Amino acid sequence: MEYIIEVEDLNVYFDELHILKNINIKIPKNAVTSLIGPSGCGKSTFIRTLNRMNDLISTFRRDGTVLLDGENIYNPKVDVVNLRKRVGMVFQKPNPFPKSIFDNVAYGLRVHGINDKDVLAQKVEEALKSAALWEEVENILEKSAMGLSGGQQQRLCIARTIAVEPDVILMDEPCSALDPISTTKIEDLIHKLKKDYTIIIVTHNMQQATRVSKYTAFFLHGEIVESGKTDQIFLEPTDNRTEDYITGRFG
Amino acid sequence: MYRIIPPKIAQKIMNSIFWASGILTILILVVVIGYVLFKGLPFVSLEFLFSDPIDSGRAGGIFPMIMSSIYVTLIALLLAAPLGVGAAVFLAEYAGENRTVKLIRFGAETLSSIPSIVFGLFGLAFFVVYLGLGWSVLSGGLTLALMALPTVLAASEVSVESINKSYSEGSLALGATKWQTIYKVVIPAAIPGITTGIILGMARAIAEAAAVMYTVGAALLIPTSLMDPARPLPLHLYLLATEGISMDNAWATAAVLVILILIITVSTNTLVDRYRKKMMGR
Amino acid sequence: MSRWTEEYFIEKGLLLTAISSIIIIGLIIIFIFKEGIPAIQSYGFFNFVFGMNWSPSEGQYGVFPMIIGSLGITLLSLLMAVPLGLLCAIFLAEVAPARMRKVLNPTLQTLAGIPSVVYGFFGLILLVPFMRAQFGGTGFSMFTASVILTVMILPIIVSVSEDALRSIPHEYKEASLALGATHWQTIKNVIFPAAIPGVITSVILGMGRAVGETLAIIMVAGNVVQIPGSIFDPVRALTSNIAIEMGYATGIHYNALFATGIVLIFMIIVLLIIANYLHYKKKVTIGGGYL
Repeated sequence: MEYIIEVEDLNVYFDELHILKNINIKIPKNAVTSLIGPSGCGKSTFIRTLNRMNDLISTFRRDGTVLLDGENIYNPKVDVVNLRKRVGMVFQKPNPFPKSIFDNVAYGLRVHGINDKDVLAQKVEEALKSAALWEEVENILEKSAMGLSGGQQQRLCIARTIAVEPDVILMDEPCSALDPISTTKIEDLIHKLKKDYTIIIVTHNMQQATRVSKYTAFFLHGEIVESGKTDQIFLEPTDNRTEDYITGRFG
Repeated sequence: MYRIIPPKIAQKIMNSIFWASGILTILILVVVIGYVLFKGLPFVSLEFLFSDPIDSGRAGGIFPMIMSSIYVTLIALLLAAPLGVGAAVFLAEYAGENRTVKLIRFGAETLSSIPSIVFGLFGLAFFVVYLGLGWSVLSGGLTLALMALPTVLAASEVSVESINKSYSEGSLALGATKWQTIYKVVIPAAIPGITTGIILGMARAIAEAAAVMYTVGAALLIPTSLMDPARPLPLHLYLLATEGISMDNAWATAAVLVILILIITVSTNTLVDRYRKKMMGR
Repeated sequence: MSRWTEEYFIEKGLLLTAISSIIIIGLIIIFIFKEGIPAIQSYGFFNFVFGMNWSPSEGQYGVFPMIIGSLGITLLSLLMAVPLGLLCAIFLAEVAPARMRKVLNPTLQTLAGIPSVVYGFFGLILLVPFMRAQFGGTGFSMFTASVILTVMILPIIVSVSEDALRSIPHEYKEASLALGATHWQTIKNVIFPAAIPGVITSVILGMGRAVGETLAIIMVAGNVVQIPGSIFDPVRALTSNIAIEMGYATGIHYNALFATGIVLIFMIIVLLIIANYLHYKKKVTIGGGYL
């Protein structure tokens, strides 16, 4: 099997707090991996380590390595901007810019130097189609993205991420702020996207993990208790704590 | 448009520009303050602070001016604080979005941007001449009250408005009336902001010279009644400097004013910080 | 008193305090106009506003050079203060280390509170001789006044814009960075555009203070009633005119100074209307999706 991300002995601290402890995990390429676990277990911190969003927090410290295609992303020579172009992110709360729908999707392209109108128009359309949003917004591309519903906004954020053509898409509980119908739409979208992208999704919802992901890792108190194929984690967990969690005995 | 300069180089250039302009701005401002203190402080002594001026300020101290400043500022606050806080509570808690409220807001906004010399003109025409209060501490204080009012109002309103609605709902649900809720829950929670507003108004009143020029007179004696003329500190500085009376005493007066403002700012910040910690338990 | 009547009277009392601003504005307008209108009537509106000659001893009351003086000083100081102030605000909100901010914010507050007379005095003693040595003439000039005003309005522009920049939701910044934008691209394309209404407010506040400043300008501008040929010529502002001459004005001269006040009030109202319009327009277009 081919792995795109390999995490070795990763420890993360905020000030004196030890948030992630000795994390070792390999993320398979072009598949969906779910990260599950009770709130505060460090799964969000973990995915934010993968595109170095934690760098924004002044108290953040870490040791250990994160390899993306064999290259340590915390190597001082690594260009964070390029890294984030390759590792896109969709946030918990939909966060479109207060700009038009078109400009939201075109934002990343423009930032990376694409200014040709026809190219932009074409790429924006492709991205919106991939995000299954095109038909709904085709005629209102110049309207503000703030006018869309929460579910549409989240798909717009996904389109915005896809437009930059990343290798990996990180999703931090992308459905937690959405209604069930919008959630279904996003899950369908994830199924469609996994052919072309590696997706890592943090979720609270264990049914969602079983529905969308092939692989799952279970986080508890900043450690990975167990990881592997989703079926195996949910059907025959090897660790008691995993079993307790998935059968709802705590968390 | 982006590729003329590669983004990473643009980032480096802009970073240096930000640092440079940040440091330049701060340097300019700190140099002004530092220089005033450097020139003025050597002349500031207890004797300077607590004695009368001699020969219209050529020598001697500034005690009457300090007292004048205190009097006019106190009068200003006695009027502006209740009016401003009352108006803020009304706007934030009672008023909806109707015409009256829009008009009130427009009034306060206009009031806050009227030049101080126009307040001075009004004080002269209304308090000094029309009401016959003459050049006096009272005329000056009332004029300053009008100037401080919008400052108190704006800061208090923001603060009252920012109080979480769930607090007042909690109180109302316990059967408290609206006013009880405001008085016992909303206002105490908004106190840091209200205090800041009042102190900002006070700073504005203490620093003002143009508005008192033609309302309070220029007397060099300690005012003994509300109807006495006086000479607040900024006005004294202005007269010393423009009439070429004594540059040393002018620097010293400037330094006293700067220190006053410094004390006011620092103590407000500490007060508000402490109060916030106490209320929020952190 | 029953609970109901108590509540009723308190609400009406608070309403009264709220209306006080309007009453005060009304009184100010009535009294300034009452004293000012006679001068405009007897001298003629057009002659007063567009007259080039102000010479009370000869019965000449044209304020046009002073309108130009006020506008010139204000524009020149904005030209210096706005770019510097905005860059500094971005620096404080986005670039400066947290510890530096903690020291700088109270410093800015202090500076905003320093009496304008102190700035004027500083200008009179230090800046005027410097200008004299550098650019010739007396050193009292429109430019000198603008430099002092720049120093005075910088703290306002910096602190209000910084607040505006800081109130932009953190999510926007994260979203932009996560797409691989550089920090500067994020500031330029997302943070700053979203903060524009607040930035405009800061500029208008600075402008208001510049138009209204009186004594600091008197101390460094030279106060000659003329349309300046260059920025190094002395000028007189509308505000200065009132403060300089009120002490000895009588009769129609006294009224003409109040009329100068009317012109100032009009300038401020025009400023307010522009500000409200820009604010409103900006808000609407953000909702419409253009930044």
